[in-house]
Amino acid sequence: MTRVFATRELLLGLIVAALMVTVGLRAPVFLTPASLLNILTDTSFLFMLTLAQMAVILTRGIDLSVAANLALTGMIVALTSRALPGLPLLGIMTLAVGVGSVLGMINGTLIAFVGIPPIVVTLGTLAVFRGLIFLIAGGAWLTSKDMNETFLAFPRATWLNIPSLIWVALIVSTALWMMFRHSRIGRGLYAVGGNPVAARYCGINIARQQFFVYTLAGAISGLTGYLWVSRYGIAYTDIAQGYELTIIAACVIGGVSIAGGIGSVSGALLGALFLGVIVNALPVIDVSPFWQMLISGAVILAAVIVNARSEKPLGKLILREARLKAAGSEK
Amino acid sequence: MSPTQRYHVLDRPPASLSGFLLRWEVILVGLLLVVIAVNTAISPYFLDIYNLSDATFNFSEKALLALAMALLIIAREIDLSVAAIIAVCSLTMGLLAKAGYGPGALMLAGLAVGAACGAVNGALVTLFSLPSIVVTIGTMSLFRGLAQVVLGDQALTKYPAGFSALGQGYILNSVPVPNSFVIFLVLAALYGFVLHRTTLGRRIFAIGHNPTAARFSGVPVNRIRFGLFVLIGLMAGLAAILLTGRIGSTRPNIAQGWELEVVTMVILGGVSIAGGAGTIAGVVLSVLVLGLTTFGLSLINVPGIVISILTGILLIVAISAPIIIKTIKRG
Repeated sequence: MTRVFATRELLLGLIVAALMVTVGLRAPVFLTPASLLNILTDTSFLFMLTLAQMAVILTRGIDLSVAANLALTGMIVALTSRALPGLPLLGIMTLAVGVGSVLGMINGTLIAFVGIPPIVVTLGTLAVFRGLIFLIAGGAWLTSKDMNETFLAFPRATWLNIPSLIWVALIVSTALWMMFRHSRIGRGLYAVGGNPVAARYCGINIARQQFFVYTLAGAISGLTGYLWVSRYGIAYTDIAQGYELTIIAACVIGGVSIAGGIGSVSGALLGALFLGVIVNALPVIDVSPFWQMLISGAVILAAVIVNARSEKPLGKLILREARLKAAGSEK
Repeated sequence: MSPTQRYHVLDRPPASLSGFLLRWEVILVGLLLVVIAVNTAISPYFLDIYNLSDATFNFSEKALLALAMALLIIAREIDLSVAAIIAVCSLTMGLLAKAGYGPGALMLAGLAVGAACGAVNGALVTLFSLPSIVVTIGTMSLFRGLAQVVLGDQALTKYPAGFSALGQGYILNSVPVPNSFVIFLVLAALYGFVLHRTTLGRRIFAIGHNPTAARFSGVPVNRIRFGLFVLIGLMAGLAAILLTGRIGSTRPNIAQGWELEVVTMVILGGVSIAGGAGTIAGVVLSVLVLGLTTFGLSLINVPGIVISILTGILLIVAISAPIIIKTIKRG
């Protein structure tokens, strides 16, 4: 089973590498370290949000409200920082993660404890969060003029010549990788998505797992909300509009199964990187950015078809192994 | 045991008053009356036959999509690419209009392209047995991307004289009811008849309850699924004709975000997102509740984005209320 996973990620990695080399052949500037760092910086938001969405999708859920959460938290943080210019960076970040988590907990409560389907809840909160941005800001746009030095400095900082956003994405990804791979709650997510009934019989509290993933998705959306607003120096009602579908697309390309229980951190990160490379490569090779949507649509479809094919024998194999084992133990 | 008992099959639960009052359609009728009462109280312009009938312009096109979406969701599928299909249809009609074709040819082309886009979705879902939510996120990107590639930042605005009559006009000069609303009502009756009174309708419910069991009882599951995707494509073509005629222009972002609004209409109408349950009457009532809420609030100058907060809350409260009531009743 591990071998199938390894090859799928390897294949995706090779495709991304081939894509980058092809673009590099036409425009060598694309493969310079500065340009590569730029791609990673641009994609850092997508890396984190894709992993958060993956946690949700693993449990057979979906969170359509992440981009709206990002925009709302970004606006709240920007307004707070304008009202309290003395707020230190740590305070801003804590606030962002806190607000994002609370918004995520609203989803989590409705899904885990009331029992409404995730797509319905997050469709509703998506509309509510977007509307709230307009209400709390009175429809106004906040630009970098409304933001103070502490607020704006963080995403522009570099440590060891590597932009801070890449460091944040790296830390968050590593933490999540540890969680998915080595923590009890992380393994539980695979169990819940793979077979909820079996998971329940194993003593896994499914409601608590669901509450956890939506809170986690909220926390990461909140953090990304601050980073997004301070990086682009703007906060208004429509930022990151429709981004939730890009995030889901990155998961799908990365081999996360929408049916739950299947997905890996490396796959999801490669899926996000793939979209990031396309966005950054088009202007370099003089293709109009209007092609971006069409290409990512084609890639999503190709990825789901390929993944559906590789998922099929996987299911059969497990059954056959189980049957063989059962037969063996009987003898 | 009485001798007749073996012939008495309980095919539906016995009638009860609380059961009737908790029926989704009854709750929606109550909600509709509340909306009308509140709106009449806050604005003297609400209960005006001319205003009310003009208000239907704003939701009839979405409502047409909601009818077909209801059938799809009842059959456990979903189509998030509807709005993008509208963009492709509108684009085709715009290009043909530029080439000098008449209104009849434009309308035929719009419907044909819509059906073709739906067939693409249907083929991907049935041939590769892929989850429709992922496929239609992909084709949404693909179709919208196609419109962006062709149009760029331009707009097509030249349409022949007779073309706008359908989308802008009224059924009779003496009766101020827009064509689009009449088309919606007629089609709603037709959809209601097919879904609730024909074999095909029962088969759609059977697929939604249990596709495997439906297949084993001789229902051509994949053929019906495919047909439903073509149907929603056709409805998107019809909506594109009405919308393009009404606003008289085609931009790449035409009908952007409609997919989520349409899904909201259907779910608020009591169609179960898990499939297998729902009524056309519920969808029609939910269309009216949402449409009149939006109209009433815009009369008192509430911005659209704030109305979306109410829509979101309405969706969540409406879905969670019966679940909570049931839990309390069960003790």
